[in-house]
Amino acid sequence: MSIRTTKKVQGASPGLEVRDLTITYNTEDGPLDTVRNLSFKIAPGEIYGLVGESGSGKTTIARAVVNYLASNGTIKSGRILLDGVDLCTKTKKEMRSIWGSDITMVHQDPNKSVNPSMSIGNQIAEMVRVHSGISKAEARKKAVDMLSWVRMPDPSRVARRYPHQLSGGQLQRVLIAIALVTNPRLLIMDEPTTALDVTTEAVILDLIRDLLMEYQTAVLYITHNLGVVARLCHRVGVIYAGALMEQGPVSRVFKKMLHPYTLGLLGSVPRVELDKRDIVLNTIPGYIPQPDSLPAGCIFAPRCRGAEDACRASRPPLVDTKEGADHITACRRWQVVKNTPEKFANPQEKREMREPTTEDIVLDSVNVKKYFPISRVRLGDLIRGKRPVVKAVDDISLRIRQGFTMGIVGESGCGKTTFARCIAGLEKASAGKIIVGDENLPYVVSKRSADQLKKIQMVFQNPDASLNPQHTVGASVARPLTRLKNLSKKVLQERLEELFQSVNLPKEYMNRLPHEISGGEKQRVAIARALATDPKLLICDEPISSLDVSVQASLMNTLMELQNRRGTSCLFISHDLAAVKHLSSWIAVIYLGRLWEIGSASDILKPPHHPYTEALFSALPIPDPDAKQSRVRLREAVPSAVTIPPGCRFHPRCPRKVGEICENEEPPWQDYGHWHKICCHIPLEELVEIQTADEGDLQ
Amino acid sequence: MAFIGPLVAPYGYSDQNLSERLQPPSREHIIGTDQFGRDVFSRVLVGSRDIYLTAGSGALLAVLIGLAIGLIAGYFGGLVDEILMRLIDVLLAIPPLLLAMIVLFSLGSSRLNVVIVVGFLYIPMVSRVVRSVVLDLKTRQFVEAAKLRGETSLYIMFREILPSVLPPLAVEASMRFSYAIFLVASLGFLGLGVQPPSPDWGLMVGEARNFFSQAMWALFGPAGAVVILVVSVGFMSDGLRRMLLPGGVSE
Repeated sequence: MSIRTTKKVQGASPGLEVRDLTITYNTEDGPLDTVRNLSFKIAPGEIYGLVGESGSGKTTIARAVVNYLASNGTIKSGRILLDGVDLCTKTKKEMRSIWGSDITMVHQDPNKSVNPSMSIGNQIAEMVRVHSGISKAEARKKAVDMLSWVRMPDPSRVARRYPHQLSGGQLQRVLIAIALVTNPRLLIMDEPTTALDVTTEAVILDLIRDLLMEYQTAVLYITHNLGVVARLCHRVGVIYAGALMEQGPVSRVFKKMLHPYTLGLLGSVPRVELDKRDIVLNTIPGYIPQPDSLPAGCIFAPRCRGAEDACRASRPPLVDTKEGADHITACRRWQVVKNTPEKFANPQEKREMREPTTEDIVLDSVNVKKYFPISRVRLGDLIRGKRPVVKAVDDISLRIRQGFTMGIVGESGCGKTTFARCIAGLEKASAGKIIVGDENLPYVVSKRSADQLKKIQMVFQNPDASLNPQHTVGASVARPLTRLKNLSKKVLQERLEELFQSVNLPKEYMNRLPHEISGGEKQRVAIARALATDPKLLICDEPISSLDVSVQASLMNTLMELQNRRGTSCLFISHDLAAVKHLSSWIAVIYLGRLWEIGSASDILKPPHHPYTEALFSALPIPDPDAKQSRVRLREAVPSAVTIPPGCRFHPRCPRKVGEICENEEPPWQDYGHWHKICCHIPLEELVEIQTADEGDLQ
Repeated sequence: MAFIGPLVAPYGYSDQNLSERLQPPSREHIIGTDQFGRDVFSRVLVGSRDIYLTAGSGALLAVLIGLAIGLIAGYFGGLVDEILMRLIDVLLAIPPLLLAMIVLFSLGSSRLNVVIVVGFLYIPMVSRVVRSVVLDLKTRQFVEAAKLRGETSLYIMFREILPSVLPPLAVEASMRFSYAIFLVASLGFLGLGVQPPSPDWGLMVGEARNFFSQAMWALFGPAGAVVILVVSVGFMSDGLRRMLLPGGVSE
C-alpha cells in the first residue's frame, strides 16, 4: 500500500532477539526472579505467539522488551536485540524515540488505551506527526487513509468521532492503525482480543493477519487463548512460571507436542468440532508455583503425571529435538511424550453418561419478556405518549427437562444474563410465565416462598464477588442449609462435608476466608453453596469465563459429574460455544433478546444452522492449526436493543440475507425434526445445501 | 495521657493563685500561668480529657446516625435514597459554625449540646461514605445469592453488607474525630462551648488572647495541644486507612 514508507532493515540479525533474559522484581521479601533464562527470536514478518496461564510472566516479558518495567523490576541479565541493537543499554530518553516508531504496542483493553477527549483522527495524526514531522493537514489525511486501510467503514466520519462513540472492536481497529502507522519493526500485542466478543475477535484476527502480510514487522503476540494462536501465529512459545517450556512452529507444537505442559493445556480445552460430549477433559493438578518457591528440579514436575526422580533432581535444559524446524522443549523425557502421550495427560477418556429417564419438565418459561425503561426521556417521545424501552429479553419460551442441561449462547448484550436473572427472580420480568415443576413462580425473589426458593439456585460469573469476603467459605455454604432446610447442627456438619466433597474441595477449607483460596476454588464453593438446597434447576451464568483454561477444564469436569450423579438440571450460560457444547445436551442460541435456534447439542453442530449460529461457529478459535472453518463474519457490533431492526432482527448483520423479506417480515420457526428448530426465512433444505457446500470448499 | 491527666497534673485546673498571675514558664509552672494564676500545663492536661470526650462522643454520634442513614439509603435506593440524601444536602448547605452558633445560643451551651451539634454536623460526610460503599457492595453477587435464599433486608444489611462497611467506616470515624476536635476547640474559642472555669482548650485560647502580649504561653500551650492532637489523630487515621483499606477506597 502506498501510504507505507519502507524502512531499511538494519543490522546483521534483523527482527527481535531475546537472549537469556532474566527479570527480577524487588519485593518486600527480597528479589524475585519472575522470568528466568528466556530466549527467543522473531524474524521480520513473523508472528510469534507467547502463551501461558495467568501469572506465568507474559506481560512482564512484553514490558521488559520495550524497556518499560515497573520501578521495582530490573533486567538482571540477558540481552534484548532489535535488529542487532541492544535495547537494555538504552536510557529512557533514548527509548522515547524508539517507542511509537520502531516498537509499538496494542493492549488488551481498547478503552484504556485511547484518549477520551481527542477525536480518533487527531489521535492517529498526532502519532504520525510526532514520528515523521509532516504537516498537520497531511497527517490528518494519512489518518483517514489508515482508517480505511484497517477496513473501518466510513473512515472520514469516524476520524471526527470520539472514542466513546465507537464500539470496542472499532477502537481496537483504531489502535491497530495507530500501532502500524509508523511501520514499526516490532509490534507487541498483549491480549488484544480478550476483551472482545468472539465474533468481533474473529474479524480483528482476520484483519491482523491480512495486514501483517504486507509488513516486515516482527510481531510478539501474547495471549492465553490457544485457539487464537492456532489461527494467527507462525511460531509459538509456551511459557510456564517464567520459563519457556516448549517452542516451535505452530503446526508442530499443536500437533506433536513434546512437553507435558503443552499436552495438558491442549487437552483441557473443550473442542467444538468433535462431536463428543461424553469425554472427560484433561486437567493439570496443582497450581502454578510462585517465583519464590520454585521446585528444585523441573519446574513442572510437581504437576506432571510422568515425572520421574531424575526430573525432580535437576532442572532440565531446553533441548533441540532435531525434529525439524527449531522445535525445542524443556522436557527430558520428550521422546516418551512423543510416543506415548497418554502417560502424561489422561487421555480424553469417555465418561458414561446416564440418560435421564423422566419426561418431567423442570423449567417452562413462557413468553418471558424484560423491558428496561430508559432513564433519559426525549420530549418527542413524551408528546407521543410512549416511553422508549430497552427490550433486553423479548419473548423467550423454552423448556428444560429433568436431568438435562440447556446451554444458552450469544454475544454479550444479547440478553442471556437478563433472561437467567428473570428466571432466578433477581430481575422482575415484565411479562410471561416462569413455571418450575408445576408451580407458576412470582416474578420477584422476595415474593417466592422458601419452597420455591429452594428449587432455583445460581452460580455467578465473578468468583471474587460471589462470596462474602468477611465470611468463611464454610459459613457461606452452611447458611442456605440453616436458612432453607432447618438442619440440626450434627446433620449440618455431615451435609457440609458431603457438599465440599462433591465439588472436590478438602473439608479443611471450610474455615478459610475467600481471599485465602484461588479463583477456581471460590467458584467451587459457589457451586457447593448453590447445591446446598438441592435445587431442581441450577443456573450457571458464565461460571468459568474468568478462569484459566486448566482450571476451566477441572471445573467443567466437576459440573459434568454433578449433572451425571445428582441429575440436577442446569441452565448454562456462556459466550463460549465450545464450553456450552461440552456441558449441555441442548443449546439455545439467543440474539437481541430472542431465540433463533434451539436443538440438541449434536444437531446444532450440523447444518442447517441459523446464519447467526453459523457465524458463531466459524468465529470460534479452535486450537488446531488445521481446523476447517468456514469464514462467515459478522459486520459491526450488536445493535442497541432500543431500536430493534424491523423484520428479522438479525438482517442488518446477516451474511446470508436473501432480500426484502428479511427487512419486512418476522421470520417463521421451522422444524427440522428432533426438536431442532430454526427461526429464519431461508428454507432449511436450502440452508443445508449452502452450508455443506461452504464446508466442502474448505476440504 | 488524657485519662490520667487530672491525676498527674501538678496543680488543680481551677486552683487560682492570684499572686502568680501571668508567670512565664518556670520550674514550678512548665508553661507558665494564666491571668488568674492557674497552671497552664495542668489545665491543658485536664482539658485533654474533656476534648477527647466531647469530640469523641460527637464523632461517635455522627458515625452511628450516619451509618444508619447510609445503610438504609444505599441499600433501598430509589425514593428512600432520594429523600434521605436531599435531607443530608440541606444539612450540608448550612455553614457549620453558623448552625452551631444558632443552636448553642438558643439552647444554651452545655457539653451535651456541643456533642449533639458536632454529631449532627458530621452526619452528612459519614452517611455519604457509607452509602457509596453500600452502593458498590449491594450489586455484588454474594448479596444476590443471599436474596436467592430469601434472606430479609435486615439480615442482608447487617450480616452481608455491614462487615465490609466497617473498615472504611473506621477510617472515616477517625477522620471525623480529628475534625471534631477542631470544631470543639473553635466553639470553645468563640465562647460557645463549655463555660469557664472548665479547662477547655478553645476557651483557654480565647481567654489568653486578651493577655497575649504579657503571656503568650497561656495561648500557645492549649493552641499547640490542639495542633498536636489533630495532627496525630490525622496520622493515626492515615495509618488505619493503609492497614484496613490496602486497595484504597474512593471517597
